[in-house]
Amino acid sequence: MTETVDRKTALYEEHVRLGARIVSFGGFLMPLQYTGQIAEHRAVRTGLGLFDLSHMGEFRIRGAGAPAAVDRLVTNRILGTEPGRVVYSPMCRPEGGIVDDLLVYHLAPDEVLLVVNASNIAKDRAWVREHLPNSLEFTDESEGIALVAVQGPRVEPFLDPMTPTPLADLAYYSAVRSEVAGIPVLLSRTGYTGEDGFELYVASDRAPELWGRLREAGGEGLTPVGLAARDTLRFEMGYCLYGNDIDETTNPLEAGLGWTVKFKKDAFVAKEALEAVRAAGVTRRLVGLDPGGGRAVPRKGYPILADGKPVGSVTSGTFAPSVGRGLALGYVARSHSGAGAAVGIDIRGRVVDAAVTRPPFYTSGSRKTH
Amino acid sequence: MEFPSDLKYTEEHEWARREGEDFLIGITDYAQSELGDIVFVELPEPGTRVDRGAVFGTIEAVKTVSDLYAPLGGEILEVNTDLADQPEIVNASPYGDGWMIRIKPSDPAEVESLMDADAYRAQVGEDA
Repeated sequence: MTETVDRKTALYEEHVRLGARIVSFGGFLMPLQYTGQIAEHRAVRTGLGLFDLSHMGEFRIRGAGAPAAVDRLVTNRILGTEPGRVVYSPMCRPEGGIVDDLLVYHLAPDEVLLVVNASNIAKDRAWVREHLPNSLEFTDESEGIALVAVQGPRVEPFLDPMTPTPLADLAYYSAVRSEVAGIPVLLSRTGYTGEDGFELYVASDRAPELWGRLREAGGEGLTPVGLAARDTLRFEMGYCLYGNDIDETTNPLEAGLGWTVKFKKDAFVAKEALEAVRAAGVTRRLVGLDPGGGRAVPRKGYPILADGKPVGSVTSGTFAPSVGRGLALGYVARSHSGAGAAVGIDIRGRVVDAAVTRPPFYTSGSRKTH
Repeated sequence: MEFPSDLKYTEEHEWARREGEDFLIGITDYAQSELGDIVFVELPEPGTRVDRGAVFGTIEAVKTVSDLYAPLGGEILEVNTDLADQPEIVNASPYGDGWMIRIKPSDPAEVESLMDADAYRAQVGEDA
């Protein structure tokens, strides 16, 4: 019997040194929290947070036609975007189920970087290689690339002095090869928190140095943030988490990701299946659910009821620190998915009234809109 | 990680401290650490009777929820009302200000079957 041992990122020793609670996530030993989930969450919403996201996978695709090939593999538009653009997209099976959600970096006319979820690295690598023309070069660079993110309303004045790139000119969802503290990075104005922020892709062997320089520059004002707070931050924005809100059994249209499906493209995997879903209408929708306070915290897997009958289930649920109450995301039958619809959530045997809402739950985030 | 030697413990990570004829009950340092930031503590009304091992309340953390099990059967005399507004006290002071209920045991012999600090420490996997 082969036992797989969790891998460590290049920053593992930093997390141990900081006293982080380490957990297994997506095949990696990652910091769950350092000082506390709520404190870290609030630090990102009001100040600055520092994340190790090196567990994510990175695939580089090179060759003439790389953007076109990736354009056929994902639902969103890659071909026709300018180099420097970053695109969020699901990647689907022909029947419409989601293999993964990922970021596509259109770096050059002959170079695309895909950034994928840690738990899906092996699956995505096989899927992408199977679907790429042989003329293109595919390299899994996940081990050689580390990822450090800085997120929070104060990020631009913090990071600007540390890089030659004028950050005011770097649009949301764009990226540029640059330096931070003299260390080469792919500087990306992206994030999973709803605040303004940057994700810095750096060679793994330079990651501890980059982390150290950022901490030195940030001092007490820069808070290391673990995966627990990362989850409550993304949840408050209504961002999907693969494995909870989206997976192989969900399609982008029912998941509220219709905006990422560009039907005008000539051809892409799942186009026909998704056209059929669009024509027939989705049978269920991923919605927000709000019990309106009290002490009820809906959790993943809890049934959603209407008129005493099951109409769906919770896919993500938590206490939301910046909103101050328990909230959930879940799939609900289309008939009950309109904003304001009254449903019940079975919370450990007690049915609690909740209203269907449209995320985001938190609306004061500092992320750029362009 | 703290395991005060003057307390008794349960497998479900509760502690009991004798105070005269009553016992104060709470959750252990290990439990609050596993749960993470606590946001709600649901406790019963004073006067409620519970059996040993029965659920007497709920503790809701940001990322998970857990039942509270009575280490001893008896009548709940007093409940820590501070936890309604400041549930985080349980994280900060699980053995002190984070106490949850005061119980008058109906069968004092039940105390004998609770673990001492060394046994509990061994159970959670810490070296003594």
